[in-house]
Amino acid sequence: MDTTVANTGTEGKAWGGGNKPLKASYGKMMMWFFIVSDALTFSGFLAAYGFSRFKFIDSWPIADEVFTHVPFLHGQELPMIYVAFMTFILIMSSVTMVLAVDAGHHMNKAKVTIYMFLTIIGGAIFVGSQAWEWATFIKGDYGAIQTKGGNILQFGEYVEHDGETKFERIALADFVTAEAKDRTQHQRKSGLWFSSEGTLPTYTVAEVTKGLESHSNILVRTQIINDEGEKTVLSREESINQIKNNGKLVVEGANLHVNEYGTSLFADFFFFITGFHGFHVFSGVVINIIIFFNVILGTYERRGSYEMVEKVGLYWHFVDLVWVFVFTFFYLV
Amino acid sequence: MAHEHKLEIFQGLVKFKSNTQKIWGVLLFLTIVTAIEVVLGIYKPDVLATAWMTPFEGGFLATLGNIIFSGFIYMKPLNLIFILLTIVKAYYITWDFMHMRDETKALRRMVVWTAVFLICYLIFILLQEGGYVFDVYNTDDALIKNDF
Repeated sequence: MDTTVANTGTEGKAWGGGNKPLKASYGKMMMWFFIVSDALTFSGFLAAYGFSRFKFIDSWPIADEVFTHVPFLHGQELPMIYVAFMTFILIMSSVTMVLAVDAGHHMNKAKVTIYMFLTIIGGAIFVGSQAWEWATFIKGDYGAIQTKGGNILQFGEYVEHDGETKFERIALADFVTAEAKDRTQHQRKSGLWFSSEGTLPTYTVAEVTKGLESHSNILVRTQIINDEGEKTVLSREESINQIKNNGKLVVEGANLHVNEYGTSLFADFFFFITGFHGFHVFSGVVINIIIFFNVILGTYERRGSYEMVEKVGLYWHFVDLVWVFVFTFFYLV
Repeated sequence: MAHEHKLEIFQGLVKFKSNTQKIWGVLLFLTIVTAIEVVLGIYKPDVLATAWMTPFEGGFLATLGNIIFSGFIYMKPLNLIFILLTIVKAYYITWDFMHMRDETKALRRMVVWTAVFLICYLIFILLQEGGYVFDVYNTDDALIKNDF
């Protein structure tokens, strides 16, 4: 039974494995070293994000304008709120985890069980929230036009609010009328078996141009960030020119190829970094569940030590730690 | 199973009676820090939108000054605050939730110094290179164009 905190009869001897050089058990120390290497992997991703952002520093999407949704509150612009909630959930589950570890030190099986359970619930809520966040991001909200050069052009109008003129985005659906089309989605079954294409956008560029021309209030916004830290809005004349001469593709939502919020690199990094982190949370939940059942079965009670809970706790806190950084560099800075 | 915990945080300014109490105390602190970040992120005060210092001009010493004060010269104060608060949060998660405070000095240094050194090095290299590529793309006689 005593596989991890074994008494091997070598205690006090310099060699043989009974020695604890840093007063930490073998398992705990190895978990720390794994965490160091995993931290380096994550920092590699985040630094690569920084590299790409510095490369396109004058046209990078503004996160506050991208992540504005909260479940059940449709149509309201609430930047940051939901991510802050997710952050809080993860910190909270970290707390229940450390409480479980503490209860383990006191050999209190009932408390360890409860706190492990709460930790699992917290992790599940977080992964679910992230799935929702992905779905919202993939679906998109306003739609945009991609130019020949790969730039994103978005639409909006100046609206007056209490004497303040503000640029507000307008969705394609609000000013473009879809006409009957001959073009159908090319699928594998209708041609060569190895060639197919993604879902066709609801509108064509020609339809968007028509809609833009018939609504004199609508202007085009480019990716370029001006001195005030806002995206540049073009004049009416320039707007029509840009769409007519350079418009190539209607983009709705985001995937690994196109991204209606701005440069497609932003979407790539979003999927990759939050995806990799979400995968860590998911595997953390799975490991937590295994440990949870071991606690219920009394494995650690019999073993006389809850060190396993401590080790999985280290991993779980690390996941929280990474999220703190992802939160800062993806949503705040 | 007597596990010793150091129960002081903030350099001994706050001392907790038990480990459980310390956990809740740290949670309160982390929540406050996150709340500050979120409020700043939503309102983005104009005062914090422009860098506090302008770059030094001149010779070698000016360049050295620009490197030493780079956080104040090239970064918006708002972003600087975000990054500092993040590091504060990371410190308390590692030290109190992961019990780094209770580990031996050698283990602590092995883990923290290695990671901090390598990450700082990586960030420096990649951000420097990213800024350089931006300059290549955006000089007046740049060979690459993407405004179409």
